[in-house]
Amino acid sequence: MNDDIRTILAEHGRLAADPKTLADDADLYNAGLTSHASVNLMLALEDKFNVEFPERMLKRKSFESIASIRTCLEELTGAAK
Amino acid sequence: MSEEAQAAFLEELLAEKILFATGVPGVVGRSATFESIVDGFDGLVKKFAKQDRAEIMRFPPVVTRTNFEKSDYLRSFPQLMGSIHTFVGNERDHMDLLKTFEAGEDWSKKLTKTDVVLCPAACYPVYPTLKGIIPDEGRIIDVISYCFRHEPSPDPARMQLFRMHENVCIGKPEKVQAFRDSWLERGLSMFRSVGLEPHSDLANDPFFGRAGKMLAVNQRDQNLKFEILHPITSVEKPTAIASFNYHQDHFGHLFGIHFEDGSDAHTACVGFGLERITLALLKKHGLDTKKWPAEIRKTLDLD
Repeated sequence: MNDDIRTILAEHGRLAADPKTLADDADLYNAGLTSHASVNLMLALEDKFNVEFPERMLKRKSFESIASIRTCLEELTGAAK
Repeated sequence: MSEEAQAAFLEELLAEKILFATGVPGVVGRSATFESIVDGFDGLVKKFAKQDRAEIMRFPPVVTRTNFEKSDYLRSFPQLMGSIHTFVGNERDHMDLLKTFEAGEDWSKKLTKTDVVLCPAACYPVYPTLKGIIPDEGRIIDVISYCFRHEPSPDPARMQLFRMHENVCIGKPEKVQAFRDSWLERGLSMFRSVGLEPHSDLANDPFFGRAGKMLAVNQRDQNLKFEILHPITSVEKPTAIASFNYHQDHFGHLFGIHFEDGSDAHTACVGFGLERITLALLKKHGLDTKKWPAEIRKTLDLD
């Protein structure tokens, strides 16, 4: 799942760094993720994983790192262990 | 309840001929009394702005379609925009247009877009003109414009076309944030000096849709927008009469405004809603400005 997230980040995150070089817990906002880019990222994640982020997840914290995005997606896809 | 209060206040303003109805909600004519208060408060903004030695820029109330598209407005606030269209066809097309009109059908479908869009906020035309390198100490621009937002409402304080007096700061992050914070203080003093009881609060823009919800939450989390509020027709839901916005490098990046070293400029704007402020003053001090306290009349240069 992390690889998929990195691929979508590379396409929609408009980050300064290549997402492949970012640690799972690296701060994406520090890496250059803007508010508008985080919206595009969210919509692309919804398409890819066929989920809809509920209102309680529509916040800055949900998209602050690859790990936090994965936590949201696992909950939404029921993949959490 | 609050809609009743809004309708009642509007009715009063129309009966006293302070505003003139046009038949479209949120589009009204203004009387000499109304304009004298607008001018008076506008003068006060200029006085409080003096210390910054802002450069004055004035634009007609439009932005170019190209700059509008670049600005991300279509993404953030499609529901508020006003795009200007006209007729560009030949005589046969004209006949077709008239036939559609005479049949009572929607003739606007026969129109073609122009190069301009109605100005959504006074500062929008400013940023594209600053493209290129700006000095490290930054720039401060004073701008006033009629603005359009498509939100028809019975609330006299929610107009579709209204004037915004803005001061815009373009510079390094620290300078821009200090500018915004200093104006928030200046704004509160200004309102107190005309007998209002303002308070400031964290705010967010009315971004569209679910994606917009996230933009709004982001904006709040980062303390990017503050408003000064004052009751007009409701004490529980006071009206925003001024706003103080830090855009980070949003406009600097979009419009290529940068420093010598290549880093994007940050921007902030402070905006005073002249119609809303005028309505707040009329509500607070009464519709007959001759009966307003002498000191306030003097401050607003009403004598």
